[in-house]
Amino acid sequence: MRAQPVLYSLAVLFALAVPLLGIYPVFMMQLLCFAMFACAYNLLLGFGRMLSFGHAAFFGFAAYATGWLVSAHGWGPGFAILAGVAAAALLGLVIGALAIRRQGIYFAMITLALAQLVYFVCLEAPFTGGENGLQGIPRGTLFWLLPLHSDVVMYYVVLATFVAVFALIRRVVHSPFGQVLKAIRDNEPRAISLGYEINRYKLLAFVLSATLAGLAGSLKALVFGFVTLADVQQSTSGDVVLMTLLGGTGTFFGPVLGAGIVVTLQQYLSDVVGGWVTAIIGATFVACVLAFRRGIVGELTLLASRARRTLRPARG
Amino acid sequence: MKLRMVILATAAALAAASGGRALAADEVVIGDIDDMSGVYADVMGAAGVEVVRWAVADFGGTVLGKKITVLSADHQNKPDIGAAKFREWADQSGLNMLLGGSNTGVNIAMAKVAAAKKVPLFNIGPGGASLTNEDCTAYSVHYTYDTVALANGTATAIVNAGGKSWFYLTADYAFGTQLQAAASKVVEGHGGKNLGAVRVPLGAADFSSFLLQAQASGAQVLGLANAGTDFSNSLKAANEFGITKTMKPAALLAFITDINSLGLPAAQGLYLTTAWYWDLSPETRAFGKRFFAKFNREPTMDQAGAYSATLTYLKAVKAVGSTDPDKVMAELKKAKINDMFTKGGYIRADGAMIHDMYVMQVKTPKESKYPWDYYRLVKKMSGEEAFGPITGLCPLAPK
Repeated sequence: MRAQPVLYSLAVLFALAVPLLGIYPVFMMQLLCFAMFACAYNLLLGFGRMLSFGHAAFFGFAAYATGWLVSAHGWGPGFAILAGVAAAALLGLVIGALAIRRQGIYFAMITLALAQLVYFVCLEAPFTGGENGLQGIPRGTLFWLLPLHSDVVMYYVVLATFVAVFALIRRVVHSPFGQVLKAIRDNEPRAISLGYEINRYKLLAFVLSATLAGLAGSLKALVFGFVTLADVQQSTSGDVVLMTLLGGTGTFFGPVLGAGIVVTLQQYLSDVVGGWVTAIIGATFVACVLAFRRGIVGELTLLASRARRTLRPARG
Repeated sequence: MKLRMVILATAAALAAASGGRALAADEVVIGDIDDMSGVYADVMGAAGVEVVRWAVADFGGTVLGKKITVLSADHQNKPDIGAAKFREWADQSGLNMLLGGSNTGVNIAMAKVAAAKKVPLFNIGPGGASLTNEDCTAYSVHYTYDTVALANGTATAIVNAGGKSWFYLTADYAFGTQLQAAASKVVEGHGGKNLGAVRVPLGAADFSSFLLQAQASGAQVLGLANAGTDFSNSLKAANEFGITKTMKPAALLAFITDINSLGLPAAQGLYLTTAWYWDLSPETRAFGKRFFAKFNREPTMDQAGAYSATLTYLKAVKAVGSTDPDKVMAELKKAKINDMFTKGGYIRADGAMIHDMYVMQVKTPKESKYPWDYYRLVKKMSGEEAFGPITGLCPLAPK
């Protein structure tokens, strides 16, 4: 019997039981939003080996779009989320089209620069509320059916969205498109020589990643009822890189675990140590990069496959 | 096999569910969310939490037979952190009242949570007058001071002393822009002129380019619409550039800790407006002495305000015999506040606590006779004069 389906069903069961377990649903929603963001990022970094330093731009821009449409124009949450996601996709198309022309560090720098541009737009634009951000965004009723005021209802909506995104990413990676993306990641010249239009694949992966990051941002805006500059800031871009690397790039569950660790540390450690959280998370990151290159899930998978390999001859 | 595991796991999850944590109903919980590590940490900060504990201890440690617990958190000047923490305490920890520390932006975000969760919020540290206007809620009390009172005090004094043309150095968020707007209105109302403004990010390290713009404007007065270390750093930089020789600096919001860190040679002659000063009466001196013994400095008006607000809340709870937010708010808006912070203060329908404000001038090193002898009283303003009439922008308080 394979371990994976059992682990997944256990995780889903746990997630379904969260409101019953007395775990604070708002905290879990925050965790799921960041896990979704990290999974979207992982699609780009783990399966496309494109290191973007500006993913908060998509996350935050979608959050602003959703928040603004809901609070200033009275849109319902469903359409506002869709609009936020569309805005992130469009932004991803523009930034992606410029960034994929270069590789490696130049790619990273272009994404960083353009994301800073988005940050300053969000700081100065008249509809974003500047340093105060958008406040008091109502959650409203999803598609005239589901009132989202209760934290528990909102939690299940976020959870369902997260599961759908997770499944979508798995499906994409296992599709022919995902295979080509991995081929490009492993050896770009070979993929070109096989006749693939690699830029199209890269751009599609970039837009997809930006879109899903935007979905996470839009949901977060509704969960908390506010959007602030922190959502579009460089440090959030850094956080998502950290989550993905810590959990394990190129694994499916790694970013989820990484997001869980980082969000929990930020949330609960900040009460104890205050401003030292950043230093502690930084040290964790250094330790991770030095000791577990593959991230937590990556190392565990490696250990498991080694154990299987050594056990098999003994059995046979 | 798989099905059996799923059933087992469900059973385990449901069993664990019964262990969920209930809200503590046998205590009264007071929270304090403030900047504990950034530019405003000295204004209220950790010492502010301590004075709240003093107030609780002075009240007897219990109210209605329930233990009083104090929680504190650092909002790091980020509205999202402050609002999320407030929401979490309201949902999880049975929070009954919150003291909002420095930073108007964070307090606006927290006011939305106060309205949604029906938890009384005492805004101690923020200046933004919007908290009792556009952003007012039925559960907000703006306690210590606001931008209107500051402008009415300081800007009026300076314009009347001959400072007619102004240029502003403004902290780039809600507080700075509201303070600038309030000061501009006062300056114009007294026949002065506003020549321009430059917005500076919170916690900026280098003020030189902004100060050069101010100098180029040719204005007589440099209005500093900022606070905390932003204020002292910008004034120090203005001194170093020699700008204070041609322009008269105006401290639109200065705390006694800022004056101390600037030193009297740099700060002498500044006009400022404060809600409280340690050397006003025997009562204030007693509080100052107690604070000094612990922290080796005199308290700011925010720290005195936090102490007073905690007592005011607890007295209201005792008076109505309940922590029910609506009953407590009704009582708060009825009772007069008389303690070492203010005499005859009252909370208006829009949530503003109306009390006397003091226009001060910083003493010269020669005039200062003993440690922390920093201010000379220029004028005592009545609460009505300082905070002005109800504007009608808050739906709770029609004009």
